[in-house]
Amino acid sequence: MSIRHGLLALLERGPRYGYQLRSEFESATGTTWPLNVGQVYTTLARLERDGLVRPVGEADADGRVTYLITDTGRAEVASWFATPVQRADRPRDELAIKLALALTTPGVDIRAVVQTQRTATLRSLQDLTRLKVRAGEDDHAWLLVLEAMIFQAEAEVRWLDHCESRLARLGRLEPITEQAPVPTRAREDAR
Amino acid sequence: MSAPVLELRDVSRVHGSGDTAVHALRGVTLSVGARELVAVMGPSGSGKSTLLQLAGGLDAPTSGNVLVEGTDLAALSKRDLAAVRRRSVGYVFQDLNLIPALTAVENVMLPRELDGVRSRAARAEALTALEEVGVADLADRFPDEMSGGQQQRTAIARALVGPRRLVLADEPTGALDSQTGEAVLRLLRARCDAGSSGVLVTHEARHAAWADRVVFLRDGTMIDETGYATPVEALLGERR
Ligand SMILES: Nc1ncnc2c1ncn2[C@@H]1O[C@H](COP(=O)(O)OP(=O)(O)OP(=O)(O)O)[C@@H](O)[C@H]1O
Ligand SMILES: [Mg+2]
Repeated sequence: MSIRHGLLALLERGPRYGYQLRSEFESATGTTWPLNVGQVYTTLARLERDGLVRPVGEADADGRVTYLITDTGRAEVASWFATPVQRADRPRDELAIKLALALTTPGVDIRAVVQTQRTATLRSLQDLTRLKVRAGEDDHAWLLVLEAMIFQAEAEVRWLDHCESRLARLGRLEPITEQAPVPTRAREDAR
Repeated sequence: MSAPVLELRDVSRVHGSGDTAVHALRGVTLSVGARELVAVMGPSGSGKSTLLQLAGGLDAPTSGNVLVEGTDLAALSKRDLAAVRRRSVGYVFQDLNLIPALTAVENVMLPRELDGVRSRAARAEALTALEEVGVADLADRFPDEMSGGQQQRTAIARALVGPRRLVLADEPTGALDSQTGEAVLRLLRARCDAGSSGVLVTHEARHAAWADRVVFLRDGTMIDETGYATPVEALLGERR
């Protein structure tokens, strides 16, 4: 998640100081991505360096600096909203990597790996659903974020189902046995 | 906790015998309490419909016992079993099973009328049930004059009408778009929160997630379950 763009989008609504940005960011995204105030200030410093925001006057009596978005900043926000998020910009998909390795690592029960993940993902789907039931009908921002997570979790389960049925069709669900010469100790264990 | 509304004790169902025997369900034990909604997931052919049919007394186990509100279904006469099916169990069939010669509202009224409820009262109840699933305006249409999703909602209304304590639903959201599907889940959830019990078979994780517990079947065996969901207060607590 781009904190940078998140903060810029908030500043487009009007000048704000750091602490305010933090709480507005959290309430807009339903505290899905908790921010610490340090992250907010480092991000603001970089935005200022890049000419996307500027401080308004001096710090007030409480030492708070108010920031204002610049025209360059506005253009950046517009282009952020206009650009689709690239799948490749997201962190590596650990689960896909894990399954790929499970498939080729001797002795791993891929079916168990799939089921363990499926159960865990369903549990988080249950949690998300309960949060959704609890959320206020007009808490649109929070509902939108919750539903994004719900649909992502659902997609993961569908993908797991798909993998399992494909592997079943190919007869690849049984753990593969060691192909390289078996180390002596393992051979003893097997007896 | 009170006695379970539905109990499957080491239930197996074998179709045929010898080399061609199909083990549709193998030694499944499951108990569903009042106010509880349990979702059943698993690949095609894993035994989900079989489990539901046994729970609803539409099929009998080869071994093991099925108890509804404490009564072993095997101990009942045909007549008493039919009465339990009508009074205690609401069933949404995978293939809907609406009666083509009856209108939507007549389909929904039928189980109540068979139970001796007067026609006028049964009609009022049926209209309320159709209203809840959002098809009250189609009450006088015949099944073949409705879309798949509308028929599905009528079948759901038929399962929910009257004071049924146990609702068994086999893929009740198959033909529904995501909003309508969710509305059906809210309804099932509300029914269970109000004291009924439910078992929901579904392929959709998003819908299964409305349940208190999700159990997984594979080749007729229960291989895993999520356990009880975290109370929402605890979830909100964690977020702060
Ligand atoms: N009357 C029958 N005679 C023989 N085999 C049967 C019969 N009914 C069901 N089966 C078999 O029992 C197994 C379980 O069937 P069931 O209908 O319970 O599966 P399911 O999990 O509901 O699948 P789906 O998701 O496709 O609806 C399947 O292998 C099926 O072919
Ligand atoms: Mg089925």
